[in-house]
Amino acid sequence: MIKARVTVTLKNGVLDPQGKAIEGALGSLGFHGVHQVRQGKVFDVELDTNDQAKAEADLKAMCEKLLANTVIENYSIALT
Amino acid sequence: MKSAVVQLPGLNRDRDMIAALTKISGKAPVTVWQTETEIPDVDLIVIPGGFSYGDYLRCGAIAARMPVMQAIREKAEKGVKVLGVCNGFQILVEAGMLPGALMRNTSLKFVCKEVKLEVVNADTDFTRAYEQGQIIRCPVAHHDGNYFVDDETLKGIQGNGQIVFRYADGTNPNGSLLDIAGVVNQAGNVLGMMPHPENLIEAAHGGSDGRGIFASALDVIAA
Repeated sequence: MIKARVTVTLKNGVLDPQGKAIEGALGSLGFHGVHQVRQGKVFDVELDTNDQAKAEADLKAMCEKLLANTVIENYSIALT
Repeated sequence: MKSAVVQLPGLNRDRDMIAALTKISGKAPVTVWQTETEIPDVDLIVIPGGFSYGDYLRCGAIAARMPVMQAIREKAEKGVKVLGVCNGFQILVEAGMLPGALMRNTSLKFVCKEVKLEVVNADTDFTRAYEQGQIIRCPVAHHDGNYFVDDETLKGIQGNGQIVFRYADGTNPNGSLLDIAGVVNQAGNVLGMMPHPENLIEAAHGGSDGRGIFASALDVIAA
């Protein structure tokens, strides 16, 4: 079994209204000096394989085909 | 002209769409379920609005990977007209059949109201019933209608006349880039739009400004 964490984040330059709202809420809680917040998604994936190369290739395909919308999002894969 | 309406779990504007197509074309559309891999011989396929798969992951993301979408893609490549409204538009961009992406409204609020649309390109299969530059009324109801496209793709779609509708008179409800409300593919036979023209087709709706899209796509004279 291989466990992986996939992180999907918005590309630079793509407006993130949710991140902006969180930024504002942090400010109103007294956390000043928060320069910027960008919201993303995390997927913890467990794979029925012990082949790291295959796992990485499969995860990359999963990101390209479904987990990320590559028009607006970047992804990173970390085997844990 | 024959039409089909796609049904997926979570779509809820299919009945409005079926009613509109029936009234305007005089023929009830066939309905196509998400698992179907063959679509009957029709001139227009419509993906209606709603919340397919509960908007999980991203709006339209799961629906775009259902078997029926491959069948729709093949039909579109053969020149069959495809119209996606609201969630249908989100599904078409997620399926890669239209450029860009639809993101959360900048207000972070669900918006349900009437807007004004400028017909930016009246020379398409979906807008021939309108005048170039005509301003029409149309309802919107969505949470993720904020159209985004990268600079390079934007230049391409502008040059090809692929921007078909823009929100007019300061009525942009979602913060979309350049007030974009609807785009067609390069071939001109696939249109996606956030507003709901099927909800403004007769006097009981308070107007019929939306009728022209169906009248154009179905080759019937606008009433």
